[in-house]
Amino acid sequence: MGLLDRLDNPYETGGIILGTLEDILNWGRSKSDWYLHFGLACCAIEFMSMNASHFDFMRFGIIPRATPRQADFIMITGTVTLKMAERIKVLWEQMAEPKYCISVGSCANSGGPYWQYGYHVLKGVDRIIPVHVYVPGCPPRPEAMEEGMMKLQSLIDQQAIFRKRQRLVEEEMMRSKI
Amino acid sequence: MTETKFVDIDFSRIETDRMRLNVGPQHPSTHGVLRLEVELDGEVVTNVIPHIGYLHRCFEKIAENMNYQQVIPYVDRMDYISSMNNELPYVMAVEKLMGIKVPEKVEYIRVIMAELNRIANHQIAIATFGLDAGAFTPFLYLFRDREYILWIFEKATGGRLLFNYFWVGGLANDVYPTFKEDVLNIVKQVRKTNKDIEELLIYNKIFIDRTANVGVLPADVAINYGCSGPMLRGSGIPFDLRKAEPYSIYDRFDFEIPVGKGEVGTVGDCWDRNIVRFREMEQSCRIIEQAIEQMPDSGDVQSAIPKKVRPPKGEIYFRCENPKGELGFYIISDGKDKPYRVKGRAPSFVNLSVLPEISRGYLFADLIVILGSIDIVLGEIDR
Amino acid sequence: MEIGEIYNRLKEKFGESIKELIENPPSDSYINIAAENLFDICLELRDNPEFDFDYLMCLSGVDFPDTLQVVYHLYSLKKKHKVVLKVTVSKDNPKVPSIERIWRSADWHEREAYDLFGIVFEGHHNLIRILLPYDWEGHPLRKDYKEPETYHGMRVPY
Repeated sequence: MGLLDRLDNPYETGGIILGTLEDILNWGRSKSDWYLHFGLACCAIEFMSMNASHFDFMRFGIIPRATPRQADFIMITGTVTLKMAERIKVLWEQMAEPKYCISVGSCANSGGPYWQYGYHVLKGVDRIIPVHVYVPGCPPRPEAMEEGMMKLQSLIDQQAIFRKRQRLVEEEMMRSKI
Repeated sequence: MTETKFVDIDFSRIETDRMRLNVGPQHPSTHGVLRLEVELDGEVVTNVIPHIGYLHRCFEKIAENMNYQQVIPYVDRMDYISSMNNELPYVMAVEKLMGIKVPEKVEYIRVIMAELNRIANHQIAIATFGLDAGAFTPFLYLFRDREYILWIFEKATGGRLLFNYFWVGGLANDVYPTFKEDVLNIVKQVRKTNKDIEELLIYNKIFIDRTANVGVLPADVAINYGCSGPMLRGSGIPFDLRKAEPYSIYDRFDFEIPVGKGEVGTVGDCWDRNIVRFREMEQSCRIIEQAIEQMPDSGDVQSAIPKKVRPPKGEIYFRCENPKGELGFYIISDGKDKPYRVKGRAPSFVNLSVLPEISRGYLFADLIVILGSIDIVLGEIDR
Repeated sequence: MEIGEIYNRLKEKFGESIKELIENPPSDSYINIAAENLFDICLELRDNPEFDFDYLMCLSGVDFPDTLQVVYHLYSLKKKHKVVLKVTVSKDNPKVPSIERIWRSADWHEREAYDLFGIVFEGHHNLIRILLPYDWEGHPLRKDYKEPETYHGMRVPY
């Protein structure tokens, strides 16, 4: 569904690309995601490796932000405890729409090794905020985190922007008629 | 012409309100989920109250519900930067309680792995400390080298960060055939990069200005607060458990204990703590080289593993030199196959408690540097 | 100095407060002491140049079926000897004198023992929860602890 795939189309020889505005917007959105890094535990160390020399996360056009107001998605890397959970919720609410969440590691997905006796561990961050991509592993390899990131990019690529609004308007009209 | 009148103000009598600032619990330079409640007078720190527990993962409760062998993965996750060094005191404590003597080869592999992990830990510590002081380039160099060490771990154990490699009485599996050559190559690479780091970071004028004479920790305060590891040695006390009460086979190796001498500032400042870590990397390289030379080629690494890990009734406190300090495990056994009580004495937990003491009176920007020089891991503090 | 000698010297000075010495190798030997005199005993152990215990390694709470116990592991950096002290208190009235003023490292350890076991350290300047949230109920490391169903509207069990 990528914009550049359309270059194969015979109409678009000569460097002209025809596409919908939605595709162009989604292309821009998905290729320059800014993230709010929420490093909590062991996964955050693998996350640091991913930012460093060998894996170089930033080649995907991804830049870390220190404030939720400027972030497109939040990356929860590590064990979410009950003491921390409320703060995650606040940060999620501070982020501007459209926003996404990647849950990295078994702990953030489901409580991980602490699921049974961890009286102070939240068993999965999806109990408090919506999660778009889950990355399994304890901790996941940096490649796995990159894969999760690319999954999020393809998810953003396919999102409807205008049709969604149109649909909402139509629904509103239907409702007003009734 | 009007005459200019100067108003005579006694500035010492002007008082400003104290400001309370919240750093964390999620902040890039708190090295984890630590919350600091900072009381500021202008830009000067008057008090710091650390709030911890944002990563309390109930290690001690879980350990009471698991078999002795099953606790090891949780021990890994305490100090996740140096997992091998965490496993060592735990398995040695259980072995001592059961009276198991492990084969020579196991001891050598354990020492090599622990020292490699010590280097990896110090690489992260120095890299992030550089980041705190505003130097980004050493971070990339050190993480490049750390990745080579992780490759060895991955080849030998299957894990990059958390290994579950040391078992009670032995190892999970033997090392691979070209292990020795790989390790020696790593040692060469670490030494080469350390030369660069020395120029880039350690003796950099800006770095010295940021860290020298900042966060001075006197020796008597360090002892009274129970500090250990580079915190204690940075204050000029040559105390290292590998020398003081040699466990495993550390008495067979020739190495030195680097201490802070106040080369560029006062004894016990942030620069001293950092240089101790930096020089320990070289000493670890020396230990690894000697261990590789002495290590027997043949031998079964699983011959001493007991069928059932069930220590007799009793209790033990066993401590080892973790990269961050003294890591001890207090294990009470009631004769069953699950421990009655496991307490982890985490070095970062104790080291962090000295932060209010050493950061009072410095600027707020220095507080971040002081915190970075303690080298904390929240997984270990909160357990 | 061996633990037997330390025990004898303490016994001379403090008499009844020093209860017994328990040796059971290969596990650690320890001295049972009474809670009332703990502060003075610890002060003696630190300030007497023959003992010179300047370093508190570890302070742990233990929950036994009928009693609560506090275990002190002391070490001397200069003399390189160790001693283990144990104080036993009842579950109805778990009060132990605080030794935070002798070794500052006991500050956080005591708060942790209070947090997880509910042992009250008398004389501690700031005895509040350290790991768990301030409004948490119960002391989790007690053997009879049951985890709560919800905390602030979040479900706790899996």
